[in-house]
Amino acid sequence: MNPSQVNVIGMDLVAAVHKTGPDIATFVVSAIIIIAGAIGVVFSRNPVHAALSLVMTLFGVAVLFIEQQADFLAAVQIIVYAGAIVVLFLFVIMFLGVDRRENIAAEPLHWQRPLALVLMAAALAGVIALGVGSHWATGQQAVAGSTTAGGHSNVYLLGKSVFTTYLYAFEATAALLVIAVVGAVVLARRPSLPSVEPETDARGAAVSGQPGPDGGLHDAAPRGSAAQDASPADVRAGQSLVKEAGR
Amino acid sequence: MSFLGFLDGLGGPHVRDGVIHLVVVLASVHALAAVTAIHVPHIRYLAILPEIVMLGGAVLLLGVASLSDRPVRMSVTTVGTVVISGASMGLAWWQWADVRQHGPFTTVAGAVVTDGFSALIAILASTAMLLTALVGDGYLRREGVEGPEFHVLAMVSASGAMIMGQANDLIVIFLGLEIMSIALYVLAALNPRRATSGEAALKYFVLGSFSSAIFVYGIALTYGATGGTNLAHLTSYLSTHALSSNGVLLAGMGLLLVGFGFKVAAVPFHMWTPDVYQGAPSPVTGFMAAIAKAGGFAALLRVFVSSFGTLRPDWRPIVYVIAIVTLVVGAGLAVVQRDVKRMLAYSSINHAGFVLLGLQAADARGVSAALYYVFTYSFMVIGSFAVVTLLGRSGDVGHDIAGYRALARRQPVLALAFAVLLLAQAGVPFTTGFLAKLQVVAAVVDAHSAPLGFVAMGSAAIAAFFYLRVAVLMYTPRRPRWVPPGREIVFDPIVGPQASTAAREGSGVSGQAEPEIAPGGSLDGGTAEGAVATVPRTLAELRLWSGSERTVAVVERLNADLLIDREAEAVEDGAGGRRVRVPPAAIVAIGICIAVTVVFGIVPGPLVDFTHHSTLLLLR
Repeated sequence: MNPSQVNVIGMDLVAAVHKTGPDIATFVVSAIIIIAGAIGVVFSRNPVHAALSLVMTLFGVAVLFIEQQADFLAAVQIIVYAGAIVVLFLFVIMFLGVDRRENIAAEPLHWQRPLALVLMAAALAGVIALGVGSHWATGQQAVAGSTTAGGHSNVYLLGKSVFTTYLYAFEATAALLVIAVVGAVVLARRPSLPSVEPETDARGAAVSGQPGPDGGLHDAAPRGSAAQDASPADVRAGQSLVKEAGR
Repeated sequence: MSFLGFLDGLGGPHVRDGVIHLVVVLASVHALAAVTAIHVPHIRYLAILPEIVMLGGAVLLLGVASLSDRPVRMSVTTVGTVVISGASMGLAWWQWADVRQHGPFTTVAGAVVTDGFSALIAILASTAMLLTALVGDGYLRREGVEGPEFHVLAMVSASGAMIMGQANDLIVIFLGLEIMSIALYVLAALNPRRATSGEAALKYFVLGSFSSAIFVYGIALTYGATGGTNLAHLTSYLSTHALSSNGVLLAGMGLLLVGFGFKVAAVPFHMWTPDVYQGAPSPVTGFMAAIAKAGGFAALLRVFVSSFGTLRPDWRPIVYVIAIVTLVVGAGLAVVQRDVKRMLAYSSINHAGFVLLGLQAADARGVSAALYYVFTYSFMVIGSFAVVTLLGRSGDVGHDIAGYRALARRQPVLALAFAVLLLAQAGVPFTTGFLAKLQVVAAVVDAHSAPLGFVAMGSAAIAAFFYLRVAVLMYTPRRPRWVPPGREIVFDPIVGPQASTAAREGSGVSGQAEPEIAPGGSLDGGTAEGAVATVPRTLAELRLWSGSERTVAVVERLNADLLIDREAEAVEDGAGGRRVRVPPAAIVAIGICIAVTVVFGIVPGPLVDFTHHSTLLLLR
């Protein structure tokens, strides 16, 4: 677009895309899959069934992505969400015990379900009202031109933008991943030193962040005692990052 | 042909076909590569050298510490961090000189911008890192959590702030934000001996992740509305298109403001601040206050003033309201705090309100005033938390305000340093704090938002109260213990049960209704052990002991009056009574902070010029 010319954009919505019969059929089928999966997530008694219903929903969304010619997004949806995240959910469910029954009818806050329904209805009504009543869209097309412009596939274009336009962001992501790993290791491998904060004072009264009547002397825990008490194997295991240094 | 003949001789036609097939495949791959060659954008490494050095140094330190057989000495880690931060700072100064000489530029496909603004943020982040390494050294030795993690995480966090300062693309801003924040989450949890440290980290992480998600949503809506995430693209798009219906854009802008507001602790999004500042290890708190504000405000100013500049009429009223609420709530709630770290947390919210004034002004003057504020505040807050770190003693506990009573008698230099830093935060003349407040208020008055300036000055007056309270308390000598008139007793729940039992046995009185009145009237009841008649432990016991309701009422009233005194005694009688050891590294760090605060307060010229020339590339 010519930068010097000032356009008034957004007066008319983007013309409706021409829908063909197969398009509509695909949409209806995948919509049914998505909604059925979503209902399954909410109403399944067994958490594993709920997780598998979630896979169904994600799969239906992936079909819709393909219909929108976003092949790569569909593949990522399957690989990342269905493949990794739901599997993570299943891991957690299995760790906690599949057989454990929770009485989900017992609510600690009994008003929160009706409130959630009201808020959801209000939010939905607001979005619909805004979508119908006001012209939100600025008319700018996020993806300029066809997704298969210049005879290149979706994946090619994505890959190209990763190594050109978003090269710096791509490299910065590496730093982000490094720090995430380092952070996880630091938190997971911390020595379990005894806490220096007494839960209660001498008379059993709670002291919250104030010096207790023992004169604020919270030095009961000797420094690094746990690390010294730990067996050599433990120390070695924790040594890759956390070291008792300079002593 | 001889090669194929050789293959024929070697393994027959089967192998030969296979090799030919391989060659054909390789050739086709090569042809594909030739067709689809992409042009990797040109990179001018000067623009990204400071954070490359910082990140590379962090990885190097981590690698050395992980691979060496023996634990790396703490001094080695600290010196290494100081050297790396110093190198990074030097490179940032080089950037600054280059920008002054040749002008600002963008590189790496327009994702990175190097202008005076980004160079200043890089200098600030590396300086904050250097000071924090010095403060953290003594802290880590004292707490027994020695190891390279603190320095590594802090360096990565500092590089995240640098990335935010120079980002010219919303996605890069987000990545910088996350690199900075994730390291800060872990740093907040670094002290395994404090339960509150872990609690603070969890709160920070959960709320921080939530705000990051909101921020990404804002980026997505902005992208949808404008077709790009590059700030230069946003600027040119918004200045060449008159949008008649920009709901999506405004929603995206609002969500971005929420995401930034969380990071800089502006008021509706400040809930995490007091708990995290109180719970995190003290050097980390100072670092967090400096770095998160520097990075957050850098990106906030760049995005809103330069890219959303044409939308000023839309966002200035919002920032106006946020600034007022931030100023008032920050100052108001700081007054009622008993914990010094918590008080400084609310005061940092108040300071965020002041920086928002610079944003609200939304012009070059406002930006340079906000930058000056962020720059000088970083030194004040790191210095303040360095003092708090030293006084926290082992375990990083006892930050109650009562522990600061009579600090000047015990440690005059430390008390003077803390007093100077607190007065600078209050905005006393001849400190940078005064100039910082003056500049943002002047900028906002120039921008026709004078009422906001008045609110800011009012909040500064409130803020002066709680800064001065601590400063005065440090120079107030400990009061003598209160003794009921005519009775040689000590109503003091601090005295242990052993002492009181011994005293009772000694005087032959065992809590009767009419006790003997011991002769003499020494005020120093706490130490005159032989003179102590009896020690009632509770009010009921006292009533029984004195037989007088009036005495009980008096004692109850005095209890309330002397609450701070009593706890001061508790602290002084305990570890607080001893002088805390001040490591040389911390002296250097506090000295630098005070030098910057005072010298540039008295000679304001260089630093004001510095921030004045740190203009944004795309400001119009």
